[in-house]
Amino acid sequence: MSLDFKPARGDFFKDETFRDDFTFKNSPAAIRRFPFPFDRDEYMYSVNMEPHVSTRPGSVFEHTFDVDEHYVAEMIDRAKVLAEDPLRCQSLPHMTLAGWDLLELIMESNAREYPQWFSLTKNGNQWHWINRPLGIDQKFTFLDESTLPYGPMEYITRQTQGDFSLQDERDGSLWMDAGMITTQADWSLDFDVGMNFMEWHAPVPLAHEKMVFDRALKFLLKLQQGSPVRRFNWTMTVNPLLDTAPETYPKWGPTKTSLTQENLGHKQHLRVELQALFRLPRSNAIAFSIRAYLGKFEELVTVPKWGRRLHRVIRDIHPDIAAYKGFWRNQPAMVEWLAKYDDGAPTSPGVWPDA
Amino acid sequence: MSGGAKLEVTVAEVVEVNALIKRFRFVSRDGAALPAFSGGSHIVVEMDDHGVRRLNPYSLMSDPADTSGYEISVRRDDAGRGGSVFMHSHVTPGMRLTISHPLNFFALDTRAKKHLMIAGGIGITPFLSQIKQLGHFGGRFELHYATRNRDVAAYATGLKSAHGDRVNLYYDDEGQVVPLAEVLTRQPIGTHLYVCGPKGMLNWVRKTAAAAGWPAQSVHFEEFLAPGTGLVFSAQLARSGKTVTVGTHQSLLEAMEAAGVDAPYLCRGGACGQCETNVIRCDGTLLHRDVWLSPAEQAEGAKIMPCVSRFEGKTLVLDR
Amino acid sequence: MSKTNFPPSIKTRPVYAELEPRPGTAHVIIADGEGAEAVAHLLAKVPDRALMLARTHILYTPGPNGTDQWAAVLAFGAAQAYCAPTIPAMLPRMAKVVAEAHMGTQFYLAGTEGLIGQAEREIMMTGLPFAAIQKEHRGSTVRRVQCVHCKGITENVATDPFKCSHCGLNLFVRDHYSRRIAAFQGVNIDAEDPGLVPAAVEKFK
Repeated sequence: MSLDFKPARGDFFKDETFRDDFTFKNSPAAIRRFPFPFDRDEYMYSVNMEPHVSTRPGSVFEHTFDVDEHYVAEMIDRAKVLAEDPLRCQSLPHMTLAGWDLLELIMESNAREYPQWFSLTKNGNQWHWINRPLGIDQKFTFLDESTLPYGPMEYITRQTQGDFSLQDERDGSLWMDAGMITTQADWSLDFDVGMNFMEWHAPVPLAHEKMVFDRALKFLLKLQQGSPVRRFNWTMTVNPLLDTAPETYPKWGPTKTSLTQENLGHKQHLRVELQALFRLPRSNAIAFSIRAYLGKFEELVTVPKWGRRLHRVIRDIHPDIAAYKGFWRNQPAMVEWLAKYDDGAPTSPGVWPDA
Repeated sequence: MSGGAKLEVTVAEVVEVNALIKRFRFVSRDGAALPAFSGGSHIVVEMDDHGVRRLNPYSLMSDPADTSGYEISVRRDDAGRGGSVFMHSHVTPGMRLTISHPLNFFALDTRAKKHLMIAGGIGITPFLSQIKQLGHFGGRFELHYATRNRDVAAYATGLKSAHGDRVNLYYDDEGQVVPLAEVLTRQPIGTHLYVCGPKGMLNWVRKTAAAAGWPAQSVHFEEFLAPGTGLVFSAQLARSGKTVTVGTHQSLLEAMEAAGVDAPYLCRGGACGQCETNVIRCDGTLLHRDVWLSPAEQAEGAKIMPCVSRFEGKTLVLDR
Repeated sequence: MSKTNFPPSIKTRPVYAELEPRPGTAHVIIADGEGAEAVAHLLAKVPDRALMLARTHILYTPGPNGTDQWAAVLAFGAAQAYCAPTIPAMLPRMAKVVAEAHMGTQFYLAGTEGLIGQAEREIMMTGLPFAAIQKEHRGSTVRRVQCVHCKGITENVATDPFKCSHCGLNLFVRDHYSRRIAAFQGVNIDAEDPGLVPAAVEKFK
C-alpha cells in the first residue's frame, strides 16, 4: 500500500513548486493573513505562549490546523522529500499510540472545521476518512497499524501542512521520540530524535542563559488536555524552499550567496513558524505542530507597517541570533533593501496590518 | 480559567464495593464521548458540600479506551476533611458534577521492558486503568497488592481471575507481607517500578529499591497529600488587596477561592506546581507539606504551595 | 593521566563525573585505554572490595591511542574479566551481558567518548534511564562523529574540520551530541563557499 494523491485542486489550491523553478507565491489574500511575527520594532527570545483558541475569522488562528491555498502543493513537496530521504519521518517504537492520538486529533478537527474538504465517519473503531483535496478515501481500523499504508503519525502528517513532533513525558522532561520533519529550519530529526527538551534546544544561543527553556518546559509539563497553546518562531530562507534540512545543506547553502539588491525582494523569504502544542489523551504525550509560512520580502512590504518594522528588527538584531538563524551573511543586504520601505514613521502596536 | 478546561458530567451509577469503598461512574451530560485518557490519570471532582467547595483528586480506574464513562473508587475516611464522606453520603445517581480533564502524574514509562506494580489498599485504583491499557497495547506487568484483610481487598478477585500469577495478593491480618527484596532482585534490566499506597508503604518501597541498587528514575510513585488540618491563620493577598482567614479544616487555596481570588491550581495535592505562589513577607514559619518545592526552596521560604501548605506566625503576605 | 576537564559547552555535550561505588546486586564495568585508572580509583573507594569484585564483570579494550592496561585490569581480580582487541569486537559480548542483567546491576563506564557512548546506547536500549549510568572520561579526546549529510560515522576524529571517511565532504565538528547515535554531529563547512576550507586544527588528541 502507499498513499497516491489524486489532487482535486479546484480554484482555491494552487499548483506551484517549492523546488527547482520555485513557482510558489502568496495571493494578495494570503499576504493579508500572513502571520507576521513581530509585535514591536525589536526582537529577543521569549516564551511568548498563548492559548490556542479560535480567533480572528480568516486569520491563521481561526482553525485548529490551518489549511491554506498552498496545501496540495506542500503535500506533494513533502512526498518528494520523503521519497528522497525516508529518515525525515521517524517514530521510536513506544510512540505508536501517540501517533494514533495525533491522527485522531487532526482527523476530528479537520472534519469538523472544514466539512467541504474532509470527512470522518466512525462506527466503533471502523473509521472512514475522506480527504477531497488530495483525493484520498480510506477505510481503516483505529488503533490497528496494519490497516493503514504507513504508521498513524506518518499517514496523517503526509496530509497535514507543517512539521510535527511528538514528545513523550518522563523523568520531568519531554523527549522528542517521534516526528515528521520536512519543512524545518536547519535541524536534523534523524540526529535529534530521542533527545529531551533541553538537548534538542541545545544549539540555540542566548535563550538558555535567559532561562527561556526552563520556563517553557515547566509550562509545557503542565499542559492539559483540551487546553492547547501556541507560539511563534521565525527565521530567514533564500528561495521558497520549505525543506532547509542540514542533510541537504550542501545543495541549498550556496543559494545564500545568490542575493542581489535586484532579486532580494523576490528571493528572500521571512519564514514564520506557528507552533501549536497539544496534550494527547491516550499517550499523555505532547504534539508540537510547527507550521511554516513563507513570505517574500516584496510581498511583506506591501503592508507598510510590516515594511517599516521588518527593517528595524533586522537592522538591530543581536548578532548571535542572526548567526544562529543563518542570515548573518545577508543581513547588510537585507537592511539595505528594506531601508527603502522605512520612512521612520512610528508603527502601531500588535502584528496586524493597519486597516 | 484556573484548573484548565472542565467536563460536565452526570453520576450514572454508585456501587458499594465493600464496607469502606464506593465506586462512582460518570457520563457526559450531553451524551457525547468523554476524552480518552492514559493509565494512571486522575480527575479532580468539584463538590459543593453545603456551601463548602471541595476539589478532590481521584484516580481513574476504568478502561482508558472506554470513552462512554469514567469510574473512580473512593475510600471513606471519617477522620479526613470531608470530601470522601461527602462522596459516600451525598453523591447519588443522576447528580450533576463538574470534573477536570484527566491529568497524569503517574504514567507508565512505555519504554520499560516490564512494569512492576506495588499497591496498598485504595492505591490499587491507578493500576486498574494501567493494566487495562497494557491489555490493549501490550507490555509485561507484575502486580503485588496488599490490603488490611480479604473483606477490603477491592477488585482483588477480578484481577486474580483475569491475570493469574501476574497478580499477587497479601492480607495484613493473615501476616502476609510483600517479599519486596526478593521481588526486586529478580526483575530484568529495564523494569520500571510503580508504587501507590499509604505513605509508610511508599517510603518502604523507595528505600528498599534504592538499597537494592534501583535507580531513582526507574521508581515511580504517586502520593496524593490531603491538605491536612492545622491552626487557624490569616494571609494578606497583596495583588488582590484582600486578607483571608484559613480555618482549621480549610486549605490556604480554598480560603483564597472562597474570597473570590482566581488562584491557579491543578492537582490540589502538592505535586504539580501549578499553584506555586511567591511569598512577599513572612513573619513566622511556613509549614511546607508539598512534594513540588525542593528542600532548598522550602528552606529559602520565597515560595509556598497553598493547596497543602500552611503558616504559623504573625504576618504572611503573598503575591496573589 | 587523571580525569578530563572539558571546556563549558552546550547542553548536549556529554558531561562526566568520577565513578562512585553504589549498592548493587551485580556490577558491570566497561572501560578502554586509560579508563582502567578510573576503575582502579573506583575500586579503591569500595568499602567491601572483595564482595564487589565477586559480583563484577569487566569488559576492557585498549584505547584508540594504543594505551593498553589489560594486565592491571586483570589483576583487579573481578569474577569475570575480558579483553577485546577493539570496541567493535567487544560489542556482541557487551550486548549479551547488558541484555541479561537484572535490576540492581550497576553500570560503570570509563575511558574514551567512543567507548562510553556505544556502551551507554546499548544499556539505554533496555529501558534503563541513562541518568543511572555512571561515566568517567579518561584518556584520548578523539571523537566519534556522524556526517549529517551521508549518515556515515567517522571514528577517532582528531581534527576540526575533517574529511568524512564515507562521502568525503569537509565537515566541522559540533558539540551537538546524540546519545541514540552515540556520536557528535559533523556539518559541511564549505557549503556556502565551496572549496573555502579552513586548515585542519588538531583539536582532539
